[in-house]
Amino acid sequence: MVIAAASGDAALAFIEIGTVALVLSVLARLSARVGITAIPLYLLAGLAVGEGGIAPLDVSADFIQLAGEIGVLLLLLTLGLEYSADELRHGLRAGVVPGVVDAVANITPGLLVGLALGWEPVAALLLGGVCWISSSGVVSKALSDLDRLGNRETPAVLNLLVIEDLAMAVYLPIVGAIVAGRGASDTITTVAVALAAVALILTVALRWGDRLSALLAPATDEALLLAVFGLTLLVGGLAQEVQVSAAIGAFLVGLALSGPVQARASAVIGPLRDLFAATFFLFFSFSVDPADLLDVLAPAAALALVGVAGKLLSGWVAAQRSAAARGRVRAGTVLIARGEFSVVIAALGAATADGAELGAMTAAYVLITAVAGPLATKYADRVAVTAGGSPAPNRP
Amino acid sequence: MAEVTETPLPGVGVRHEFTTAAGERLAVLSHRTGRREIAVYDRADPDACTTVLHLSPDDTRTLAELLGGSPLSEAAAGVQRLAGVAIDWIPVRTGSEQVGATIGGGRLRTRTGASVVALVRGNDTLPAPGPDETLESGDVVVAVGTPEGLRQLRQVFEA
Repeated sequence: MVIAAASGDAALAFIEIGTVALVLSVLARLSARVGITAIPLYLLAGLAVGEGGIAPLDVSADFIQLAGEIGVLLLLLTLGLEYSADELRHGLRAGVVPGVVDAVANITPGLLVGLALGWEPVAALLLGGVCWISSSGVVSKALSDLDRLGNRETPAVLNLLVIEDLAMAVYLPIVGAIVAGRGASDTITTVAVALAAVALILTVALRWGDRLSALLAPATDEALLLAVFGLTLLVGGLAQEVQVSAAIGAFLVGLALSGPVQARASAVIGPLRDLFAATFFLFFSFSVDPADLLDVLAPAAALALVGVAGKLLSGWVAAQRSAAARGRVRAGTVLIARGEFSVVIAALGAATADGAELGAMTAAYVLITAVAGPLATKYADRVAVTAGGSPAPNRP
Repeated sequence: MAEVTETPLPGVGVRHEFTTAAGERLAVLSHRTGRREIAVYDRADPDACTTVLHLSPDDTRTLAELLGGSPLSEAAAGVQRLAGVAIDWIPVRTGSEQVGATIGGGRLRTRTGASVVALVRGNDTLPAPGPDETLESGDVVVAVGTPEGLRQLRQVFEA
């Protein structure tokens, strides 16, 4: 009886999940055709199948929620895998000033709008984070698609991404602890525990990362995939237990892996990451009420406009020493897109009193900037040229 | 050689740049994946690239071969230097004392320590010629020995 009931549910769940995956696949192809990231389209799909949407999912919601949470861990894992310890050290040396400008210019508007809307301070702080972090995925894809990796301003842009990601390693556990904390003294304790845990994992990652990598090096692809997946979930879960965001645990696992294992791990975990991350974006907007989204559209659009200006300033400052005016504008426009990190930050606050509005605001903000950013940077150069920025080509 | 500047690209790889003798600014991007890109900077906007070539690891080898100075031949040259062994191609000119002599008769190895490993005669190559092989005007002697031995051998043929 039980088995029969379960298999009936399973059949329904398969049908729902299969249909959703096929829809996401079509959206991914569409976005590749248009040349934008698939994230905004995934968010729209999530709205459609969520509560109040046009085709709400019935039985597979629990599965999609768990898969989405695994998606966050894998997103952060691959982000950590992208950088070697040397690159982090170099990025830190080169990028402190632009990093600070970037943080101040982009957190402030979100924080102020959150407070102005009458949200709790913690929700406002989360909105500040949502507005702050550029999407590494969208930015690096835009740089490579537009053949800008050779450009003079590009190292500054990539360094800023490194700084933002490192800043996340501190920001996420702090806000995570504040969200979880009850009362001032309790909050201070949880924040202290969280930061200590991050320091511990970071030390272990940087000091014994080599040994961990050597341990994993002889594994077959299959064994490596399972080991990295298992380690990510395990460290993420343990981090969550002590109120550090699980995502940061996963990020630090990625940092700890180095050398040839790093490259192989990115290769084997990549497809898994794509699958679960798509589910994550879907699930995020799944819990956003489309009616809420319409309500916040106007403030979100205004905030996005300020966010564009903020990133233009960040890029202008970051590329100060490496490029002239046109390069500095390119650096700013390419940074406009927000994406995975903004959604991760907002998801942290889902359980707070203003969580629903925060979620809707974030969905709208990411939708606008992730579409506008790549387009802006693509055409920024042409605008500069028509404005008389460069001498006529092919002049004898 | 032009001065090459190296810039790390976090999460991507590394970039090497230099200015060619003709004044073009050129960069080679080495992705971690082994992919390479060659970028030529725009003269009007020196921060941006006009031309970007995308090369697979295979393409990179082909291009390196075509441009010469491939890592492989340089490595081979390094091995030769390490072993103290050199190779030389020495022409047998008309009027040289060695024209008409046999390789053995000239007692080349006893006098110089260098060995004749091949003769190039017209379009033919005679590998490992015997001591009875007669040297003709226009032959090219391929010899292996120490750099000093090869210098002496050259003098023998120039006499």
